[in-house]
Order: sequence, then structure tokens, then C-alpha cells
Amino acid sequence: MKPKHQRLSLAVLAIIAVAAAVLLAMWGLRDRAAYFFTPEEVAIGKAQQGAAIRLGGMVEKGSIRQRTDGVTIDFVITDGSHDVPVVYRGITPDLFKEGSGVVAEGRMRGKTFVADTILAKHDERYMPPQMGNEVAEHAAVKTVQQ
Amino acid sequence: MIAELGLAALWLAAALALLQLLLALGIAKGEGAKAARPLALLQAVLTLLAFGSLIAVFLRTDLSVALVFENSHSAKPWLYKFAGTWGNHEGSMLLWVTVLSVSGAALALLEKRISEKMLVASLGAQAALGLGFYAFLLFASNPFARLNPAPLEGRGLNPLLQDPGLAFHPPTLYLGYVGLSVAFSLAVGAMLTQQVDAPLARAMRPWVLASWIFLTLGITAGSYWAYYELGWGGWWFWDPVENASLMPWLAATALLHSVNVLAARGGLRSWTMMLAVVAFSMSMVGTFLVRSGILTSVHAFAVDPQRGTFILALLAIYIGAALILFAARAATIREGAPFKPVSREGALVVNNLLLSVILGIVFVGTLYPIIAEALSGEKISVGPPYFNAVAGPLALILVALLFVGPLLRWRSDRRPLAKWILPSALTALVALAVSFAFAPGMSLLARFGLASGIALVPASVMPLFGRSLKRTPLAVWGMVVAHLGVGVALIGMASDSAFTEEKLTVARPGDKIQVGPWLIELAGIAPVAGPNWTAIEAHLRASRGGGAETLRPQARTFTSPLTETSESAIHTAWNGQLYAVIGRQRDEGWQLRLWWKPFVTLIWLGGVLIAIGGLIALAGRLWREQRWGREAAE
Repeated sequence: MKPKHQRLSLAVLAIIAVAAAVLLAMWGLRDRAAYFFTPEEVAIGKAQQGAAIRLGGMVEKGSIRQRTDGVTIDFVITDGSHDVPVVYRGITPDLFKEGSGVVAEGRMRGKTFVADTILAKHDERYMPPQMGNEVAEHAAVKTVQQ
Repeated sequence: MIAELGLAALWLAAALALLQLLLALGIAKGEGAKAARPLALLQAVLTLLAFGSLIAVFLRTDLSVALVFENSHSAKPWLYKFAGTWGNHEGSMLLWVTVLSVSGAALALLEKRISEKMLVASLGAQAALGLGFYAFLLFASNPFARLNPAPLEGRGLNPLLQDPGLAFHPPTLYLGYVGLSVAFSLAVGAMLTQQVDAPLARAMRPWVLASWIFLTLGITAGSYWAYYELGWGGWWFWDPVENASLMPWLAATALLHSVNVLAARGGLRSWTMMLAVVAFSMSMVGTFLVRSGILTSVHAFAVDPQRGTFILALLAIYIGAALILFAARAATIREGAPFKPVSREGALVVNNLLLSVILGIVFVGTLYPIIAEALSGEKISVGPPYFNAVAGPLALILVALLFVGPLLRWRSDRRPLAKWILPSALTALVALAVSFAFAPGMSLLARFGLASGIALVPASVMPLFGRSLKRTPLAVWGMVVAHLGVGVALIGMASDSAFTEEKLTVARPGDKIQVGPWLIELAGIAPVAGPNWTAIEAHLRASRGGGAETLRPQARTFTSPLTETSESAIHTAWNGQLYAVIGRQRDEGWQLRLWWKPFVTLIWLGGVLIAIGGLIALAGRLWREQRWGREAAE
């Protein structure tokens, strides 16, 4: 093979590789991307039953209930106007408390969200960027009042 | 005073960078090229001065500096006052710029293999990079801004960052990230002066190797830090911030292999230049992802969207300009020496293609949520299911290539290779069979990962056979150790994902819990106090047959800022780690989460081995070149 032809074939290989990467990625994203939902979207039935999703909002004040096994809790994620009941088995992250922002990963089972993971946020000033402005403003007012 | 000194040094460094860029633009007339080296050195001195000033105001807790007020506290241990300098946005960007200018100075000081013209052009490229980031610091994230009046006490550092890991992990990672700027600048300089050839590759190679070693160490350290600090028992979350460090590593790994083809055989010229551009571009993309606040991340610390726009603009300018230069000059880059598909070059091409595809997959998965939200408003997050399923199998194919590639000769190899590959292939098959017999429930990825990891142990030393060990170059030893490290890390990853045992329970003092082979007794619960925190500490006694080990996980409450964190306790045995986290108090007792993770330590041991392999290769290259240099001089 002449050097020129070799270079051409290598360039074609590189382009095929890039195309393959994009195609593979697109194929993978089709059914493996977890969608982010707000309580409102869940309330109007946007979240598919049993599909892996993330749910973000505020932990409603006074909603955390401990079950008798000592490691399972029930609480409510709210955006101020819509509520979603959540059940979670595990140790809650350090910044998880009533009235603060939370992102939970899990699945809708009936009307209840079964969380596998509750995402801890390193910063108490943190607000999930994906959450609606309404919640952010709500929180800002709360901070000022404090 | 100190803060003003730092700020002045920063401004002066920016002015020098501008001067250096103008100098490089004027090289066509051949004027003043001699000033390029001193300018680069002076810039490094000034940024070091600025960085030193920031460290000083942090150590003294000078609360009239806004950054210190927001991120420090007088009661903090001195190590965290010191490391806290880069535990925030402005400080970490100053560290970034400092490493950038120090890299430029190192290039000016040490690089004697390339032509003066190319060096001036490369330093010009480095200065152009510097200018943008100086502007970013001075106009959008001034670390030295004052507060008047000065507050009485600072807000304190995020407790999760108050860990010795902060002193080591970010600087190491940044040395790797920003060290890649030298490869970028050298590629730009070579394309500008049209000298893309083997000597350039030999000049570029040590810089790539050094950056890659730091990246490897930084990622390994970061992974271990997240593992013990987050208290989730996981060591990699496919989080955007982690991907931000993985992407430059993947590109640098590809570059490391292709630069060898260019140095040894003069091949893959355009491709290597492209990779050098891509590698540093990935560093900048990583900085953008971490510093822009655009992504939700478990590691996201106080972030600001407006700054993201600034970095995005810088990114577009630098990457765009480099790619335009590449497009304009690609036709002038000569073809390399030809080779047959079955050859060392051929294997390295496949290695590069696979690494590029994996890089593409990680890139798309990391940025897709941003693009999807911008285009359709859909809010999406991409996590482990995607990355493991799509990138995992490709990584295993790459590992399979390691059985064959290092054995091949340059240019063309027609030897029967079966006898060399047979031992490793047999090992893989036996490992597979054993895993099917004793652990039928393993996931596909873990099973193949374990088998190929185990088989990689003999496969990685195979290139040494038939060689005189005394005469084997250090670079080959380095390769062997690094590839062995890949195998060791793979075994650790597969073992952790397949054999980890977990127990979540509530216990009272005196209760006994069985996890894997360990019987753990909750001996007591007691309050303890540290310099800026108080904690509840569990006293756990763990035994499996012989003597008892003690674990003391804590639930800490930091006073400034008021935050609760959990400090996991880890006992390292020869064959794995016992990992304990204490949760909250309930009526029934205390929440405990316990893991037994067989051979999990191999993950980080493998990472360290990979870095040591790089170090051996780097030492070999430098030593050899020095000897050649002396011989040439004589």
C-alpha cells in the first residue's frame, strides 16, 4: 500500500470510529437515560411506572416518618403545589432534612416513589439546577426570613 | 497588603503573557526571539507569587479578603487553611493558571530538542492560553477581592472537603490537566512552523507521560477519597465531575501510545497532532463542566452559571482556533512510514480507535443532558447503566488487545504468535470456567472483567520473554508494569462489583452482626470532639476467627458551617476491606451500614501501578536522551 493510500484508509477508519461512538452512544441513551421529574410532572402522570427516574424537589416539613425496622423512612417530596410520597430504605445523607432540597433516584410504584438512592449535596447552599425556578425562589425567601 | 501584592503579580503576569504572544506573532521577522524564554520564566515566578500570596492570606485567615471570609474559619486546622486555598472556585482557578504558567516555564527551561522557531511559536500558544485564563481570573473570579469592613469570622470550609485528600488530589489532578497544555502548545507550534516529525514526538513524549502520570494518580486518589468520604461504599459514580477527569485521561492515554508511533516510526503524524489538541481540549471541557455549574453532580461545590459562559467562550476560541489550524495544515503534514495491519503500529491504531470511541461515548453521555435540555427542555440524567453497558464491553475489547499488541513487531509481523498468546488465553478460559462453577450469579461485565484481569497478569509480562532482561529498555519495563496495573485494577473492580456483601441494620450496644466472613459487635457508642467538630463514635469489634479489629465510624457535626457528615471507618485486610458507616439514632438503636468488599483495594493499587509504570518509562526516556545528548555533544 502506498503511504498516501494508507493515510486515507486510516482517516476513513478514524471517521468510522467517531461515527460508531456517536451511534453507540445514541443507542445507549435511548433506554438508559434517567429522566428528571418534578412532583408536578409526576402528579400529571408523566413518569412511566417502573422506569428509572430522578425526582427532585423539597422535603415537605413534618413529612418524615420512621418505620419500625429502623432503616426505612417515608417522606413527601413537594414543589409547593404537588406532593409525591416517597419510601426509602437506607441511611439518609447528611444534608437530608425537612424543608431542604433533595434529588431521589428510583421508580414509581403506583402512587409511591420507591427510592434506591437519595443524592447528598455537598453544599447546603446547593439547589439542584434542574429544579423549577419556583422552588428556588421559595427557598430564597425562606433563607431571607431566617 | 499581601492580597494587593498577589493581585499586582497576576496583572503583571497577564501583561507578560500578552508580550510573549506578540513576540511569537512577530517571529516571521525573526526579532527578539531570545526574550521568549525569560518571559515564560518570569510569568511563572509571578503566578507563583500570586498563588503564594493567596496561601498566605488563607493561613493568616485574613477575613478582609472576601474569598477567605466565604471559605475559611479561624478555628480550622492549619492543613485545611492551607489546602482550603484551592478548595473554592477562585483559588482553584488560580492554581490552574499557576500550573499553566509553570508548565510554560518548564517548557522554556528544559526543552532543548526542538528548533528555536518552534519553541517561540509553542510558547506563544502557551501564552495565548494563559491570557484567556488570566482574563477569566481578573475579570470574572478575582481571588483577592477585599471586603470593607472586614467580618469578624469566616463562614468556614465545606466539611466534606476538610480531609487530607484535599491537600493532594486537586493539585495532582491539575498538574495532569494543565500539563497537557504543553502537548497542545507543542502541537500548535509544530503545525505553525510545519515541523511535524519524529523529533517533535520525542520532545512531546516526556510531557505527555508526565501529565498522564499525574492524571492517573489524581484520578486514583480522587476515587479513593470519594470512596471513603461519601460513605456510600462506591468508588466511581460516573458523575460528570469524574467524567471530566476521565475524558482527558482517555485522550492522554491514546496520545501516549500514538506519540510512540510517531517517535519510533514517524507514523500517525496528523492523528497525533489531532490527539494533542483533543487531550488539552478535554482538560478545558472538564474545567468548564466542573466550574460552570451547568451539571448536577455529587461533587459540585459552590458554582456560578455566569462564569460558565466565560469559560465556554474561551473553550470555543482555543479549540476552534486549534482545529482551524489543523485543517489548514493537515495537507502539509507528510505521510509516515507505511505498515502492515498486523504490526505494532496496527495494534496501536486499534488501541487509539477504541480509546477514541470510549472517549466519544463518555463525552456524549456527559454532555447529552445539557444539550437535550437546551434543545427540547427535557430534563435528563445519564448514569452508570448507560456508561457501564456502552463503554464497558469496549473497554474489555481494549483489554483483549493487550494480550497481543505489545508482542507485535514494528512495521510487519508474520511470526506465529500462538505460543505467546496461549498461556494468557488459557488463564482467561480457566478463570471463566472457575467463575461459572463457583459464582454462577455474576454479571456478564464483572465475569469477563475478572477473567481478563486475571489473564492480563501473565499477558502483561509476556513481552519480556525471549529478551535479555538486562538489556530491556526501561520504557518496556514501564509498559509491562502499567499493563499489569490495568489487570490488577480490573480484578479489583470486578471483585468489588460481584462479591461485595452489604448489611443495613439497627443495632444496640452488645448486638452482633454478620457480614461476609466477619462477625461484628457494636461494643459501644460515645461522643468525641475534634478541633472544629463534635461527633458520635461507634466502637465496632470485628473478627473472623482470629483476633479482633476495631473500627470507629463517626457521625460528625461541624460547627462552621453547621453541617453533619459521616466519617466511614475502614479496616484493610490482605484480601479486602471492611467498611462501616454509622447513621442516625432510632428508638431501636443506631443505624449501621456495613460492607465487606473482597479485593477492593486492588482498584487503587492497580491505579498506582499504572502510574509507576509511567514513571519508569519516563525515567528511561529521559535517561536515554541525556546519554544520547552527551554522546552527540562529544
